[in-house]
Amino acid sequence: MIKRVIAVVLLIVGIAGTAGYARAAGDPVRGEQVYQRCAGCHSLDANRVGPRHRGVYGRRAGSVDDYRYSPALQRAEIVWDEESLDAWLANPGKFLPGSGMGYRLKQARDRADIIAFLRRESGR
Amino acid sequence: MSITKIDTPAVDGGRRRFLAGAGKATLSATAVALIVGCESMARGQKMAAADTANDVAILNVALGLEWEAIAAYQLGAESGLLDKPALDVAVLFQSQHKEHAAALSGAIQQMGGRPVAAKSNREYATALNAGSLQSGTDVLRLAAKLEKGAANAYLGVIPSFESPDLAQVSGRLAADETMHWTVLANALGAPLPQKALSFGA
Repeated sequence: MIKRVIAVVLLIVGIAGTAGYARAAGDPVRGEQVYQRCAGCHSLDANRVGPRHRGVYGRRAGSVDDYRYSPALQRAEIVWDEESLDAWLANPGKFLPGSGMGYRLKQARDRADIIAFLRRESGR
Repeated sequence: MSITKIDTPAVDGGRRRFLAGAGKATLSATAVALIVGCESMARGQKMAAADTANDVAILNVALGLEWEAIAAYQLGAESGLLDKPALDVAVLFQSQHKEHAAALSGAIQQMGGRPVAAKSNREYATALNAGSLQSGTDVLRLAAKLEKGAANAYLGVIPSFESPDLAQVSGRLAADETMHWTVLANALGAPLPQKALSFGA
């Protein structure tokens, strides 16, 4: 019984560790290249169709003062970190319905790299 | 690098007409056709309110893209850095963005939404760093960058539409933006993409 419990614990720890590794392994240099896909609407330092991104990592969603957010983002009580950004970039409409952003990044590696890039540019 | 190599399209516009038309988005045949498509969608399908709201929100982001493109061409024309035939091409492309904006605004209204308003040209000038434009080539580079970004954006949001009709509209808009980018890239002497499927990745 004890062995079985230990095995389950090790399995859970292993899975969690793998997931953490997948997010932590983002490459900010490649992420800067992948970020060009976001450049239709976003830039690091200017509010365009979407809000500016420098500082987004660790920022509360919908909190850039001089940008007009959708009501969904205004109401959101989310802080952008690796987990929330990953879910947002994978499917924004599912993560936060009515948010307006429809662009999906399907590849986990692309998301991890962009998040690493945004984190670096946010000084985190 | 010359910006005079653009094949002159069948446009009889000029800077005066370009400037006079700033900010207007009148309904053209193309725009009407797009909206008619949305009307048939509204009649033929019953979408959940949340799904409709989601589509409207995405359309409003697209409309924001179109307002930005219209402003960018306006800023380019007002800079005095573009001469014919590049100016005529800019006139044509701006007019097509106005058609897109009119179509999107119409669709948003028909779906019960409120179209997002354009910002002031001063705001766009700041966001796009228009003060750094020093030549016609700079103007075309900025336009090409925005067109490519818009093409990728329209392709990227296709899976997020609940309505297949709107997904198709997004594809048609992406095709227009890709056409714009191709002409501008050619004028700038930029190399052709060497790999297939270079858009929307």
